[in-house]
Amino acid sequence: MPSKIVAGIGLSHVPSVGPVVDRKRENDPAWKPLFDAYIPVRSWLEKLKPDVAIVVYNDHVAEFGFDRYPTFALGAADRYAIADEGFGTRPLPEVPGDAEFSIHLCEELVNQEFDLTVCQEMGVEHGFLVPMNLCFPHTPSGWPVRSVPLQVNVVQHPLPTARRCYRLGQALRQAVESYPGDLRVVVMGTGGMSHQLQGKRFGFMSEKFDHWFLNEIEKNPESLAQISHHRIMEEAGAEAVELIMWLTMRGALSKNAKRLHRHYYAPMTTGMGLITFEE
Amino acid sequence: MRQIPDTSIFDLRLSRRGLRLNKMCTALCSPAEREAFKRDEEAFMTRFSLTDNEKDLVRKRNFKGLIEAGMNIYAMLKIGSATGNSLYRMGAQMRGESYEQFLATRNIKGAV
Repeated sequence: MPSKIVAGIGLSHVPSVGPVVDRKRENDPAWKPLFDAYIPVRSWLEKLKPDVAIVVYNDHVAEFGFDRYPTFALGAADRYAIADEGFGTRPLPEVPGDAEFSIHLCEELVNQEFDLTVCQEMGVEHGFLVPMNLCFPHTPSGWPVRSVPLQVNVVQHPLPTARRCYRLGQALRQAVESYPGDLRVVVMGTGGMSHQLQGKRFGFMSEKFDHWFLNEIEKNPESLAQISHHRIMEEAGAEAVELIMWLTMRGALSKNAKRLHRHYYAPMTTGMGLITFEE
Repeated sequence: MRQIPDTSIFDLRLSRRGLRLNKMCTALCSPAEREAFKRDEEAFMTRFSLTDNEKDLVRKRNFKGLIEAGMNIYAMLKIGSATGNSLYRMGAQMRGESYEQFLATRNIKGAV
């Protein structure tokens, strides 16, 4: 049986969520609104029973340094270590991968002219782990799904265009659907929403932009994929350009995928968005 | 790319300028290197061939200056952590505000 994409999730990967999970502070008044939004998402995912989560994310100079920096890097391993990003290693179990599936994705994506960096050993950090914490909480026996990390350069310009990221999602869909393993796959596009972490404009957010983006990614993803990096950075903050990774998720879903959940919370310096789609 | 006011765009020219600084910060992803940094910051900076100006920016914890010298914000978080400066403290400095002034501008300041 061919594999299929069953769902897509766009969500922020704010690093401060990590210590909240590790210290079990999800019910703190400042954090409860965020975690409550994921209660129905988790029940939905439990019913969907995905086998694999493809997580489109960016590393924050933990595993990849600027001495050599890949544009698109795909994990092809059976396990991914928890990376120390400079603050100590979080107490999380290793993340199980699916090397055979990853190898298939590499072959298909390269054949579709996405020339990836293939990583047989890589650690994962908050860009990957925070979305996993929110959607697929681990237990003492480990994580409930296998994962494929897909790392995108959204840090060192020139970045891949939004449209390129969207097309990568379309290619990913074809690659998944040609895998005979009968897998049920969720694609997660992570990062954003509005935020800027440097310069005098540190702390800039735009709720207006973020709601517009949530509307567009649901209803007009093809036209949203034409957006320039400059427009995102100008209207939503320099680091908001991570949002191009949500377009990979959207490109992997069909145009008429049903939107289920939507949430927005902007407590400190980042607009934390959530949107889910089901095929 | 067109400039955006009060914003640094981390492109290849800036990344090239900041390569020494960023390599030093990246090393801080190892516990042993964090210890080495805390034990002898001067020796650590010399090992990564920082220029006198770069060393001075680190000594003064001049985060605005470090960004302008090509330090990437995510690399800076690591040196911030090693020197007891959270993202929000560094951010307040870059805005030219005290930490308390900065917190007062936030929607829910308990979410740290």
